[in-house]
Amino acid sequence: MIYMKDILYYPGCSLKDTAKGFEDSAIKVSEEFEINLKELSRWNCCGTVYSLTDDNLMKQLGPVRNLIRARDEGFDRLYTLCSMCDNTLKRTNKLVKEDEEKLDKINNFMDQENDYEADVEIRHYLELLRDELEWSTVSDKVVNPLEGLNVAPYYGCMLTRPKEIGLDDPHEPSVFDELVESLGGTPVDFPYEAECCGSYNTVDNEEMVLRKTQTITAGAGKSGADVIITACPLCHFNLDRRQADLLEVAPNHDPVPVLYFTQLMAVAFGHPEVSKFEEHAIDPRELFEPEMKVGSER
Amino acid sequence: MDLTNSDRELTADVEELSGENIFSCYQCGKCSAGCPFTEEMDLLPNQVIRKVQMGDRTVLDSNTPWTCASCLSCEVDCPKGNDVPAIMEAIREISLRKNLDRVDLNELDAKGLPEIALVSNLRKKTG
Repeated sequence: MIYMKDILYYPGCSLKDTAKGFEDSAIKVSEEFEINLKELSRWNCCGTVYSLTDDNLMKQLGPVRNLIRARDEGFDRLYTLCSMCDNTLKRTNKLVKEDEEKLDKINNFMDQENDYEADVEIRHYLELLRDELEWSTVSDKVVNPLEGLNVAPYYGCMLTRPKEIGLDDPHEPSVFDELVESLGGTPVDFPYEAECCGSYNTVDNEEMVLRKTQTITAGAGKSGADVIITACPLCHFNLDRRQADLLEVAPNHDPVPVLYFTQLMAVAFGHPEVSKFEEHAIDPRELFEPEMKVGSER
Repeated sequence: MDLTNSDRELTADVEELSGENIFSCYQCGKCSAGCPFTEEMDLLPNQVIRKVQMGDRTVLDSNTPWTCASCLSCEVDCPKGNDVPAIMEAIREISLRKNLDRVDLNELDAKGLPEIALVSNLRKKTG
């Protein structure tokens, strides 16, 4: 039996439901690195959005509870995949690490939990790839190089902003570009790589999001992209599902499939079947047909 | 400009809720230049800040704070280091804390919407 290293992992709500293909592909890809994504037990919602008001600590309790549980399970590092979870957990962690008074208040309020000692670090899976495993390790696992595949890296907002917790340069991010290159694909430069998709406005202002979906996806297409990659389940909904909605009102729109970065890795590693591509509104399977055959033969 | 109805309380509330010094903004407009949603807004982000500086309560009727999705594009661009999204949140909170929810759960058709969208929307647009 191969020894698998456990790392503690926080999935968040989407990876258990609408973004199941994100989780399944991440688990499969991690196995290639002999890493077991050990799910944090009894995790709760991260809150999805970091509270920006200075006077209300209630909204910080959810993230802090997750940090406490990571520590209770004996880990000092908690890994994320969803960029919104990553952002909320990192910002709350930063807040309580820098403000002892606020941390005391939160600890005093949560009398059923152990105190949080501000000693857990949140890391995104992309940081694991780039900083711990390094790109050469990723390249070593590629069995289907993505030769000739043009990939638009869509960073969105939460991976790189604010700069205090961002995992890359907010103006010129490169982590996705480096990942695509290590998989044998070609990253394309496109002007909307860090532009907001409209986020949660998709609930009460669908039209506004549709306009932005069109700008971003058509922009990627015009830049020559065959596919867009993301780390955010909400961006995925707005670019994938809303792109299908867009096609109903703008039939001339040339659709571009949207993948989670781990799904692209799974294709390159020869495991396209784990990605649940059939659940995507813009079906990417045609793009990977030769690779998928290789994958199913393995 | 007519300042007879200037409301200093509004300015103070926004400063307290956001933790920002509203007067450190010198109206360079960089936040508005980089904002990806200005075409959907009735006031530019820097105009919202100006109205708060002037104590102009009509800012509470603007759709701008509700269009802002805290993407933080302005936050990384501001030469004064102002947290513009926190100022937008403070303006939203002034309404939300008076029970003036922007989204009515009873009217909402949540069908097909993922939880990540619903939770984040309701956290930003209901009190």
